Amino acid sequence: MIEHLDMSLVDWSRAQFALTAIYHWIFVPLTLGLSFLIAIMETIYVRTGNEEWKKLTRFWMTLFGINFAIGIATGIILEFEFGTNWSNYSWFVGDIFGAPLAIEGILAFFLESTFVAVMFFGWNKVSKKFHLTSTWLVAVGANLSALWILVANAWMQNPVGMIFNPDTARNEMVSFWAVLFNPVAVDKFLHTIFSGFLLASIFVLGISAWFLLKKREGWMAKRSILIAAIFGLVSSLTVVFTGDNSARTIASVQPVKFAAMEAHYYGSENAGLTAFGVLKKSDKKIGEKEILDFSFRIKIPGFLSIMTGGDKNTYVPGIKDLVYGEEDSRQILSVADKIRQGIFARDVLNDYKRAIMFNDTEQIRVIKKQYFQDKKFMNENFRYFGYASLMKPEDAVPNVALSFYSFHLMVMLGFFFILVFAASVFLVLKGSISKHRWFLWIALLSIPLAYIASEAGWVLTEAGRQPWIIQDLMPVTRGVSQISASSVMTTFILFAILFTALLIAEVSIMLRQIKTGPKHQED
Amino acid sequence: MISYVFLQHYWWMIISLLAGLLVFLMFVQGGQSMIFSLPGNETQKKMLVNAMGRKWEFTFTTLVTFGGAFFASFPLFYATSFGGAYWVWIAILFSFVIQAVAYEYRSKPANVFGQKTFDIFLLINGALGPFLIGTAVATFFTGSNFSLDYMNSVKWGTGWHGLEALLDARNIALGLAVLFLARTNGLLYILNTIDDDDLSARSAKRLIVNAVCFLVFFLFFLVTLMLSAGLTFTSGAPGIVVEHYKYLHNFIQMPAVLIIFLAGVIAVIAGIGITVFQGSRKGIWYTGAGTVVTVFALFLVAGFNNSTFYPSVSDFRSSLTIYNASSSYFTLKTMMYVSFIIPFVAAYIWYAWKAINKSKITSGEMNEEGPLY
Ligand code: HDD
Ligand code: HEM
Ligand code: HEM
Repeated sequence: MIEHLDMSLVDWSRAQFALTAIYHWIFVPLTLGLSFLIAIMETIYVRTGNEEWKKLTRFWMTLFGINFAIGIATGIILEFEFGTNWSNYSWFVGDIFGAPLAIEGILAFFLESTFVAVMFFGWNKVSKKFHLTSTWLVAVGANLSALWILVANAWMQNPVGMIFNPDTARNEMVSFWAVLFNPVAVDKFLHTIFSGFLLASIFVLGISAWFLLKKREGWMAKRSILIAAIFGLVSSLTVVFTGDNSARTIASVQPVKFAAMEAHYYGSENAGLTAFGVLKKSDKKIGEKEILDFSFRIKIPGFLSIMTGGDKNTYVPGIKDLVYGEEDSRQILSVADKIRQGIFARDVLNDYKRAIMFNDTEQIRVIKKQYFQDKKFMNENFRYFGYASLMKPEDAVPNVALSFYSFHLMVMLGFFFILVFAASVFLVLKGSISKHRWFLWIALLSIPLAYIASEAGWVLTEAGRQPWIIQDLMPVTRGVSQISASSVMTTFILFAILFTALLIAEVSIMLRQIKTGPKHQED
Repeated sequence: MISYVFLQHYWWMIISLLAGLLVFLMFVQGGQSMIFSLPGNETQKKMLVNAMGRKWEFTFTTLVTFGGAFFASFPLFYATSFGGAYWVWIAILFSFVIQAVAYEYRSKPANVFGQKTFDIFLLINGALGPFLIGTAVATFFTGSNFSLDYMNSVKWGTGWHGLEALLDARNIALGLAVLFLARTNGLLYILNTIDDDDLSARSAKRLIVNAVCFLVFFLFFLVTLMLSAGLTFTSGAPGIVVEHYKYLHNFIQMPAVLIIFLAGVIAVIAGIGITVFQGSRKGIWYTGAGTVVTVFALFLVAGFNNSTFYPSVSDFRSSLTIYNASSSYFTLKTMMYVSFIIPFVAAYIWYAWKAINKSKITSGEMNEEGPLY
């Protein structure tokens, strides 16, 4: 075990991962969605043979390419960061977590990068059909790459399909299908890709609105708006539906995260859902952690209970109940108990390791038989292995304000986007969209909001998962590589400078291409 | 019934194959490293950049897949090397991050930093990428300074976290060999795909120098390696012991690998030979295939025959072998099924590659409006 934990090392490593992931996620959702929008546009071109559609396709494709390059640049860092900064974690879970990452490379990235070359450079080199197929394959490839990384991420939220191997002191996969069809993975994949479709639709809608505001490119802008608005409307409805599913799943597999995102401290039946709220400090505490209270709140009565259990009488545990437990009536184990169970499991493992070190075959046999082959021990003690490393019960609680606000911001924006898309479809079909300048402005200003909603989703997912790097099995503090904090700080700063510089270049190039517009795009 | 030992060997072969492909595809980096020195004018530079630019994603994706496959099949290596030799890997990563945007942004209007900056990015990636990867791979033979505790967390022996590898002449030699091989392949690729007399003449001239440099550094590495001691794994106590002439023994004890290796080296030299002496433009086919095969064989020498493919010089027992660093039986088997897709992937890459390379790059094309880097 690592005896001296350098907290600043953990914090810098986290900051670095968060920084690089947030940057990566600026570019990924646009890739996910725009690839499909382009494929739809090119299909119309191939069907109609109308050169204007080709111009339009190529205009959006240029923007796609600018975004794509930097998405790749930021992605490679993440993949290798698991090794460089979370090496203990990588070893502990490599058996399971590495597999989806490898499959992603073999199955998805090659598909993407091969056909992206055809998509950009093949216009005059391959047949129309082959080109169109390539464009569709890029879209499929991009979304497949999302699948595998999200399977990996879902496994950290809800580890399934594995068993602990005491000889190697780590988890090993026993069912690939359980990992792939993890309920968290299914929800996460659908929610994430549709949120990407949504974001890309807002992007296309907003930029087209800008052209209309400038009274330019009317032909192309209206057609782009129509496609984006329909695609976006369908996507945004799906986003709400799949987001709701995600929340339900969380209620059962990560109840603390669920309580945190609703700032639900005290368990109750007929629990209300907060539609909107502002938090304030209170003088009550859980251990050393302050309990937050609402200074303002719009509540939908009973809805939280209905959402999680189907009816008003469902009991929804609060953060306090989850920390202190409710042994008698509701069978919620307190964190203190879980810590005891975890420590017990850890001690058994240490005894086992010692027996191996001294080659004590009899002792090895006994421990194996008595504990590791005992289902009850594995289920009741081992599943709390990670708790052995928590200092105090309230450490099991994530940052409530961050979880709460990121969740509610995302949800509010989700409903807002539905309105935006619905109005766009309506106005463009009516043929009067260019006249409603106020609406065009809303569409344009929605672009940053889509990015905010999308990043907020990840902040909720990842910050709400704290303190775990793998839910209940390994806390973040145990996953980190043993490098000096100053090294990680240095790389953090290097990444921050480099990525910011690249982002500035990207935005600048993108704006210039938009200003130039499709008109000047030669064939 | 497939045995665990078979799967461990199978996956090491896949890793070796990916390594071979990666080194071959680094012809892109090799080309980039000559961005300022080879072309005689702007058009030639543009042709060079576009020739390499249409292929950079393959190299990049192969690197990513190499990392992912290593993670899945030998996670203890992934954890030990990346988490320990931190600075080397970070340097490699940085050099690839700046490459990914450079092609797309260099000639776009309003790119803020100017074309020169992005071209320098290409140069840095072109020179540093192959050199550092070569140096890192050399440590598969020469060893590193680390130890693993009983929970398999890595402790690196020096504060340099991997950069100390640059102090060993053998590591440097392999790094330079890979760099010059990448440049050689880059030149051969240019001869093959760019239709421009002056650029071809310039490339042919450079070829000899680069090929000779490659051979010198590679031979130095090979000879010192054959004379070096290595670690070998024995199933009984004490486990891992020093064996003199370990890698020489590996070649002798695995004649098939020796034959593959020699075939690869001969193909590399043949490709260079037909270009230099017969003016052929097809040299890349031989040298490229030879590169894949040679690197493949070298990796087998590092990992097979009870070798330690990631030796620790400070604590022998911590050294990694394909047995103690691998994933579980179940994972390796599942991943084996996944690997059956690789031929299919290779087939569509081949198909798309040919479709794009059907016509050669010409200076006329560089002046047309169209998708260009
Ligand atoms: C497959 C795994 C995975 C995936 C897909 C993501 N992350 Fe993550 N994230 C991690 C795996 C992870 C991690 C390695 O597990 C970290 C590092 C430390 C930690 O606690 O979790 C992490 C931390 C982490 C943190 C810091 C949380 C904290 O320390 O409080 C943030 C804000 C994000 N991530 C954000 C993101 C974003 C915006 C993503 C969108 C691409 C993202 N993550 C995808
Ligand atoms: C921490 C987790 C992640 C890692 C390690 C990672 C890794 C990578 C890597 C290495 C690349 C470059 C691949 C290439 O060579 O083409 C990449 C690109 C990409 N990644 Fe990620 N990624 C992560 C998170 C995500 C998530 C959550 C998604 C989607 C839901 C995603 C979707 C994509 C897509 C679509 C690309 C293509 C390029 C682009 O974004 O424009 N990634 N990623
Ligand atoms: C009513 C609307 C929405 C609901 C109920 C909802 C619900 C959720 C929930 C519960 C999570 C956490 C999943 C987890 O921790 O595993 C989540 C994550 C996420 N959300 Fe939403 N969301 C909504 C709208 C949106 C919108 C509009 C966007 C973006 C445009 C978005 C993007 C994301 C992303 C990118 C994630 C992270 C990936 C994931 O974990 O699934 N969501 N959402």
